[in-house]
Amino acid sequence: MGIHVKFFASLKDKLKIDDVTIEQAKTAGEAWDITTNNAERPDNVLVAINLEYAQFDDLIKQGDEVAFFPPVTGG
Amino acid sequence: MTAEIIEQPLEPWQAISKYQSKTTFNKQFGATATFIGTMRDFNDNADVSAMTLEHYPAMTQRYLDKLIDEAKAQWPLLDVLIIHRVGIIKPAEPIMLIACWSAHRRASLDACSWLIEELKHRAPFWKKETRIDGEHWVEKNTDGL
Repeated sequence: MGIHVKFFASLKDKLKIDDVTIEQAKTAGEAWDITTNNAERPDNVLVAINLEYAQFDDLIKQGDEVAFFPPVTGG
Repeated sequence: MTAEIIEQPLEPWQAISKYQSKTTFNKQFGATATFIGTMRDFNDNADVSAMTLEHYPAMTQRYLDKLIDEAKAQWPLLDVLIIHRVGIIKPAEPIMLIACWSAHRRASLDACSWLIEELKHRAPFWKKETRIDGEHWVEKNTDGL
């Protein structure tokens, strides 16, 4: 099943990662480290777990969807 | 109460009229407050020829629905319509529409203003501008002043 990790907007362009499935990670922060090969995380990066805003040290489990993106600019 | 994300051009006044004609509150409303956001042809002192709006479909829809629920819990609203465009947008084209209906003006005016700010801060949309020197992601929204 794995953990589905998505990147959006400038992060997607900068890291050249759209979405990827990883076997496991304990936290959202660990999912960042695995998928980006330990890339430095900009201070303003936001994270969502299963479509809700979350924290980088929040626990994740198999089947979760984790998303990383910059500050939102809609409207 | 409806939140829509659309890729095709937005015709805000038609959308309001069409939506209002299908609502069930009939003659109970005494106020309609609307906000229409339109693309400017400048930002940060640079000319902008187009904009691409990206979003996180499932989460964006969830947050628009959530904002409507929260507005409804705070004010006595008869109905709310939010429509937000994604994809490629040209200057002078509407980006988003918020319309709030209530029996009295204060509820719809306050809710509409609150919804704009909350949407800008919470709903996962991202703007990428096309300028003469290439494409640039917008790093943050203006403060609206």
